[in-house]
Amino acid sequence: MTSLSDGFQDRYALEFRAATYRLPSGTPLISGLTLSVARGETLVLLGRSGSGKTTTLKLINRLLEPTEGEIFITGRSSVSWDPIQLRRGIGYVIQDAGLFPHWTVERNVGLVPRLEQWPEERIQARVREMLSLVGLPPGEFAKRRPSELSGGQKQRVGVARALAADPPILLMDEPFGALDPITRIDLQKEFRALAQRLQKTIVFVTHDVREALFLGTRIALLDQGYLVGVYAPAEFLKATEPEVHAFAASLDFDGAHEGAK
Amino acid sequence: MNWYEFLLRNRNEVFERSLEHVGLVGASMAISLAIGLPLGIALVSRPRLQRWVIGAANVVQTIPSLALFGFLIPVPWIGGIGASTAIVALSLYALLPILRNTITGIAEVDPAVVESARGMGMTSRQVLWQVQLPLSMGVIMAGVRVATVVTIGVATIAAAIGAGGLGVFIFRGVAMASNPVILAGALPAALLAVAADLLLGLLERRLAAR
Repeated sequence: MTSLSDGFQDRYALEFRAATYRLPSGTPLISGLTLSVARGETLVLLGRSGSGKTTTLKLINRLLEPTEGEIFITGRSSVSWDPIQLRRGIGYVIQDAGLFPHWTVERNVGLVPRLEQWPEERIQARVREMLSLVGLPPGEFAKRRPSELSGGQKQRVGVARALAADPPILLMDEPFGALDPITRIDLQKEFRALAQRLQKTIVFVTHDVREALFLGTRIALLDQGYLVGVYAPAEFLKATEPEVHAFAASLDFDGAHEGAK
Repeated sequence: MNWYEFLLRNRNEVFERSLEHVGLVGASMAISLAIGLPLGIALVSRPRLQRWVIGAANVVQTIPSLALFGFLIPVPWIGGIGASTAIVALSLYALLPILRNTITGIAEVDPAVVESARGMGMTSRQVLWQVQLPLSMGVIMAGVRVATVVTIGVATIAAAIGAGGLGVFIFRGVAMASNPVILAGALPAALLAVAADLLLGLLERRLAAR
């Protein structure tokens, strides 16, 4: 059986070729997106609400299929993958973590390995490894329910669950968006270190410029379904496009605000 | 004669009628669940069909029970005098709460949870059995509880078409204008309803907690 790791002789982990996604009503959410994501990089999709960031993510793990164009995952068109097989090779973390409230932390983290029918003792070991990796001592957290976790802890479990089956690609949809600013900064720092260490291909959705500049190896700016441009973090604030200015201005405002205090 | 003297003297028949009553309710609930649960699950993702089916179940619910029993008597196969006709009618009554709660229960499961389940590579079947059904069990059981209590009540009227049950005492008592005879049917029926409510309520809370 083909798995995602097999296709990794390709330079690009992900490639959008003129991909468009329309609602059944005809309204496009993503228009003619052409974009490549290299192996091991963290590409941040930045944009306002409704700019098509989440749609772009869902096109990758085939929760949505492009109405025009194609998306290649490790060199193979998304629609030619078996969706189940594809998704098990792509970690997925969403804003509220989407943990199963009726399962313990342990069982949540072991989800994909169990779906893939790993032997039980290997799952156990992997779950402990993953919980330690995201800074949650297994002895203390393994048996808890999601309702017994703080927002930050939930997101850590979400990341542990996404990484459990060691997928080469990780999709993150505003994973730190609902956290308080202090917890958010902690998680961003830890996540950046983790991303550098694990060498996964990561696509990270956010509307927070600071987060984009801090985490991204490149930033892809989306506006109303169109790609404005792709920038290295150092270039981003120098770019001349109006949408970049709009985001840069939000940064200035933050700065001015903090300065006034 | 005092009502409890009557009850005590006829305890054998009261017990027998109670068993009949439980039998009617049990059979109706079993049929209703066997139809309502899979139908509800199938209708979750079909909003248009869902409106029609819920509408139809609603209409059935508005037919007075005595009339429904009457309507069914001339119907071939399922109709006629006796318990089987009553069971058909009772199943129809129980269907709406089961169907409605199955649909709303599943539909109300946090979409973020369902989406992450799909995104992690669970098949639709796995999402249904491991995520959606366990998380909607509390709501579904609430529907089962309401349906059971209502069916215990309506089943007393089934005696009118010769289905037996505790309604036999009630109809006899009304004909004789005798309160003790009415109570010999009404009291055990009420007790059954309260017991079912408590028991299923307990089960509902246990399942919802998971």
